[in-house]
Amino acid sequence: MQITIRGVTKQFGNFAALRGIDLNIASGELLALLGPSGSGKTTLLRAIAGLEPIDGGSIRFGDTDATRLSVQERRVGFVFQHYALFRHMTVLDNISFGLRMRPRAQRPAAAEIRRRSLELLNLVQLNGLEGRYPNQLSGGQRQRVALARALAIEPRVLLLDEPFGALDAKVRKDLRRWLRQLHRDTGYTTVFVTHDQEEALELADRIVVMNRGSIEQVGSTDQVYDAPRSPFVFDFLGSPNVLPGEVRDDGVYLLGAAAPFEAPNGLAPGPVDVYARPSDFRVVEDDPAAIAGRVLEAQRTGTLVRLTVLLAANGQSVEIEIPHPDPEMRVWLPSDRIRLRPAHFSLYRESRPAPARIVEDRSAAHSAPGSRVRGQ
Amino acid sequence: MDEPADMQTPFVPLVQTNAAIGEPRAVRLLLIGTTVLFLGVFLLLPLAAVFAQALSGGVRAYFAALADPDAWSSIKLTLLTAAMAVPLNTAFGVAAAWAIAKFRFRGKELLITLIDLPFSVSPVIAGLVYILIFGARGWLGPWASAHGLRIIFAAPGIVLATVFVTFPFVARQLIPLMQAQGTDEEYAALTLGARGWSTFWHVTLPNIRWGLLYGVLLCNARAMGEFGAVSVVSGHIRGQTNTMPLQVEILYNDYQFVAAFAVASLLALLAFVTLGLKSLLEWRHGNELAAVRGH
Repeated sequence: MQITIRGVTKQFGNFAALRGIDLNIASGELLALLGPSGSGKTTLLRAIAGLEPIDGGSIRFGDTDATRLSVQERRVGFVFQHYALFRHMTVLDNISFGLRMRPRAQRPAAAEIRRRSLELLNLVQLNGLEGRYPNQLSGGQRQRVALARALAIEPRVLLLDEPFGALDAKVRKDLRRWLRQLHRDTGYTTVFVTHDQEEALELADRIVVMNRGSIEQVGSTDQVYDAPRSPFVFDFLGSPNVLPGEVRDDGVYLLGAAAPFEAPNGLAPGPVDVYARPSDFRVVEDDPAAIAGRVLEAQRTGTLVRLTVLLAANGQSVEIEIPHPDPEMRVWLPSDRIRLRPAHFSLYRESRPAPARIVEDRSAAHSAPGSRVRGQ
Repeated sequence: MDEPADMQTPFVPLVQTNAAIGEPRAVRLLLIGTTVLFLGVFLLLPLAAVFAQALSGGVRAYFAALADPDAWSSIKLTLLTAAMAVPLNTAFGVAAAWAIAKFRFRGKELLITLIDLPFSVSPVIAGLVYILIFGARGWLGPWASAHGLRIIFAAPGIVLATVFVTFPFVARQLIPLMQAQGTDEEYAALTLGARGWSTFWHVTLPNIRWGLLYGVLLCNARAMGEFGAVSVVSGHIRGQTNTMPLQVEILYNDYQFVAAFAVASLLALLAFVTLGLKSLLEWRHGNELAAVRGH
């Protein structure tokens, strides 16, 4: 089922939860709504389900105007963050609830309801647990019961609110893989909300990055990761180093570099912020475009070496990761001199409206305070 | 650790008293003793006295006192009052708790305060309020008597006063329970296609059933035992507007001690049945009550 969202707004008192959301969700796709808390992602999900009435705009399911439909009529499969299983019902009764609630004319016979519920139980790999109560199940099992219950009504779209938020790391990983498989097998249009970038990148076909009630960027996982459209997106999908740079007529210079490392790209001359992830840096020898620094800390974890480098030009420290596939390879030690050049990066003008503020806390641990000041 | 060493580990009792939070034996005995003594003097002794006094004239006199037409009428009126007030307050209580726990609206705090009002107001005042409204010179009194309605000094007034006094029991029991349970299950039911009434019937009600029963029992105990408010509106017409507590008072003032205590013992028995049911519920469904509350 294709979902078309146009100009959807939602206000909670003085707080604008959604500020004119436009979004197309293709039939059968697996879409992630990614953003920090308060970005409006859950509100948007609930708005699609009809659990949150919207103030303006429209939501269409295919050719149907869903805005006019009640929650019941929308037929969406909604999986709540804390599952919201009916605690006084057995697993089987939970799963069959949607079918049992149908008007008499459309309700299958009791035997058929039971058969279909058991089939779904089989689909979520919980055979034999139909007689259990929710409080007798583990978190991962509850999650799967909630999913089976939502699938029982043959939903137009499957909506999941922070589906793995309440689970421990190991279970989360298994469930993620399993959900991906389930999506491939069933082909339901699926939208899930998460604040975990790794989860979004691993699971989704496309990612919608949200910030303060607006969409910052929509794209495939590769697009969003490789070409973040704003510092906010860049920051949210990794812990970038922000280096001061300058656009001159002959190219973009890093602070303290003798030559440009990049063509001007049509940017007007002036200061610019260079965003680069730890893994985007290369250690070079005699490169006039590189910047000089001194190793503060070096730590090898398996095939990676993490270095904290103090830049000579402004005393800023940057975090970098370099592959270390070979034990014979050169080892960097604290106080070693080093020259760096970003191989992948994004350039943002510091005069941009400051969407990066929210993520400041997240990345504070990864980059020096000095690097953040310029971004604001 | 190898096996022989493991086997040499000294025997550790499975149950250990925790010395850090435990009290010396003497202190424990003192605490328990005080509690038992207090309960004995202030609760058990009076109760025993009620039954002793009721049966002091023999079993025959006891049943004769209960079979007296006035006493019998008071028993019927009490049961009727409870049968009216309890269902009404159950419905009101569920509706109020539902509104408070599941919706956000202006004036919610005020509503919660109002629900508690009958607890904080003296029952006598509750009775007087109804006199003020429905009495012969009250606001609605003349209108009511013009239409042939007897409210004050009649069963309707007694029911009204009882409803007022017992209003908070069900609501008070349910509000924290429903607040703790939140609205997710109801929302889930809606997304699965259930209508409002089905959601209430299949999801909300089963989740609150034990709490509700508990509240109903407490409400019932108070409805049968209420004295103050009922006394004001009843008019004490023998054989007509006396409930059991009022009947006890009247008999006692008439120096009919055996009869007074016989009716009182019946009231006490009703209380025992209520308490017994409550304990049974706690024992039988304690885990469920705790689980539902703990969420």
